[in-house]
Amino acid sequence: MTMLELLLMLEIENLSVEVGGRKILRDVNLSVMAGYTNVLFGPNGSGKSTLLMTIMGFSGYKVTEGRILLNGEDITNLPINERAARGIGIMMQRPPNLVGVRLRSMVQVTGKGKVDPEIAAKELDMEPFLERDVNVGFSGGEIKRSELLQLGAQNPCLYLLDEPESGVDLVSIEKVGAKVHDMLRAGSTCAGWKMQSGKAALVITHTGQILDFIEADRGYVMCKGTIACSGNPRDLLAEIRKMGYEECVRCKLKLTTVN
Amino acid sequence: MQAEADNRELKDKVEDARKKKATFGEDIDLDKYPEASKDIPKVDSLTDLSKDEQATLLNAGVIPSEEGRAGSFVFMDETVVHTSVKMPGVEVMPVSEALKKYDWLRDYYWKAVQPDADKYTARTFEEQADGYFIRALPGAKVKAPVQTCLMLKGKSVAQTVHNVIIVEEGAEMEVVTGCSTSKGVERALHMGISEFYIKKGAALTFTMIHNWSEQIGVRPRTVIQQAEDSTFINNYVALKPVRTIQTYPTARLDGKNAFARFNTVAIAHPNSELDLGSRVIMNAEGSRCDIISRTITTGGKVIARGQMIGAAPGIRGHLECRGLILGKGGVQIAIPELEARVADVEMTHEAAVGKIAQDQVEYLMSRGLSEEEAVGIIVRGFLEVGIRGLPEALKREIDLTIEKTSVKGL
Ligand SMILES: Nc1ncnc2c1ncn2[C@@H]1O[C@H](COP(=O)(O)OP(=O)(O)OP(=O)(O)O)[C@@H](O)[C@H]1O
Ligand SMILES: [Mg+2]
Repeated sequence: MTMLELLLMLEIENLSVEVGGRKILRDVNLSVMAGYTNVLFGPNGSGKSTLLMTIMGFSGYKVTEGRILLNGEDITNLPINERAARGIGIMMQRPPNLVGVRLRSMVQVTGKGKVDPEIAAKELDMEPFLERDVNVGFSGGEIKRSELLQLGAQNPCLYLLDEPESGVDLVSIEKVGAKVHDMLRAGSTCAGWKMQSGKAALVITHTGQILDFIEADRGYVMCKGTIACSGNPRDLLAEIRKMGYEECVRCKLKLTTVN
Repeated sequence: MQAEADNRELKDKVEDARKKKATFGEDIDLDKYPEASKDIPKVDSLTDLSKDEQATLLNAGVIPSEEGRAGSFVFMDETVVHTSVKMPGVEVMPVSEALKKYDWLRDYYWKAVQPDADKYTARTFEEQADGYFIRALPGAKVKAPVQTCLMLKGKSVAQTVHNVIIVEEGAEMEVVTGCSTSKGVERALHMGISEFYIKKGAALTFTMIHNWSEQIGVRPRTVIQQAEDSTFINNYVALKPVRTIQTYPTARLDGKNAFARFNTVAIAHPNSELDLGSRVIMNAEGSRCDIISRTITTGGKVIARGQMIGAAPGIRGHLECRGLILGKGGVQIAIPELEARVADVEMTHEAAVGKIAQDQVEYLMSRGLSEEEAVGIIVRGFLEVGIRGLPEALKREIDLTIEKTSVKGL
């Protein structure tokens, strides 16, 4: 491996996070190398979305211990828009409604006026939605496509995707998958950072469907607010399919007692 | 003889009302405001007005070239400075002239608004205020809006205005009114009586832009009388600083299946007090109405009132008041009121006041926008709901004001 490939884009070190006074994440360690796509598995309520929201910097996600590094810079206390300026972009699981704000203007401002909303929307069959208020009355699958449309316009370096395939029908999944693939492979002239080795992503998935469209390099399993295991994403998925998450918890316990 | 006796009785009643305080709003001492000028020179074309005056018109949505307008009426202080008609199907003239021309106008003049309602109506009655008379002829679909401007020019004066709009059976018309203050006027008072009559199957869209200034008091008194199958859409926009506005336009739906909609968009700047109500009285079967209000305070006080009265079966109405508080020191009061007098009505209301939603601001910030930009977009969106359907040129004007406001609002 060359030095370039070893560059870490995202590093999460011993991260503990509180939400609403409750400790949700404890001692999370995880990293994504530049140009890599890592996936995050884990049962409902294990803390996956919490981790993504914390990386983006949303208020209400209080880091009590540990740090978040982006390209070696500690961003743990940076405001959200400065993280965005450094190249982080998120597809949220549950984005808020923006009443009175049309999807068209959202794409325009996100793309800094350089993205044609019509062309961008066409790729995702979203043209009829450009005149609608962002997320208002959108179905589950429409929200995913709208988020992707905005992310495409934003053009970040590090994609945080929270269940991109969930709720998306069998036909649209092709478009969504292709779009995610293209975004990750698109040229390296991304916002905020001059890395040559392409873009990185951290993708939450339950079904692994998205793996048919993107090459995932590494998988993590989150259980009860901490990383229980990591390894080859396809192997992990097969294991989870067979044994369920119970086994991950047991496995992690074994490891910790051995240590 | 009877008519004369009635007349005397009315005059006495109005005299008694000279000191009568209005139900709402700060009480204004009318003695401090002498009558505004009745002899300002007239102009044949609005482009003959000074550059400053033309700019004032434009800011209030009134186009000096009169391009794309069916007619114009400009009133300065208490003088009719200009009237014109550019398209068929509509009449525009001073109400004083219309009273001479049409005897039947007596059946409309002071028949919707009570002259002795309060001190402001009393003063307007006693001054025999002039104003606009706009009439859409039976069946006429007037192709473009009629524009009117009511401008305050004199310092420390009181302007009284009396307007009448009649939309005859089956006619459709749009009226845009800009109210504003000419450059250099600080303290002044505007009192305006407006009586609108919308006949069977007729429709009126009325858009009013208030562009007053810091020390102006404003007391409009408006009643809309609606017949069967008629439609009334009222857009009210007040985004500039003003001392005090108190208004409570009332639509009376007296014919079956009439519809009224009130959209209100307003910003209360520091030291402004806006008491803005909309009332719909649904007296006939199948009446419907929507009252929507979107208000922002950046330090002033907003009282958003809304009242729906349902007095006949098969009535539907919805009232929605939303208020945003930006910055410090502002107050938002939402007072929705529903009154049902029969069982078979469906009237609902929603009211919400508070600060801008943090999750929305952060969502936009995660797309790379600064906090100020994010707030600006959300504020614009918040008001957008109240102004959907307004002409594009007006919207642009409104956008500019909002841009300036939300930056200051932080
Ligand atoms: N504001 C909050 N107050 C209290 N608990 C919260 C709050 N937000 C999240 N939680 C809790 O934190 C835990 C982790 O939630 P999170 O959304 O991160 O799970 P997840 O792994 O993304 O689950 P899913 O697969 O269902 O999306 C859950 O138990 C959730 O109820
Ligand atoms: Mg989740």
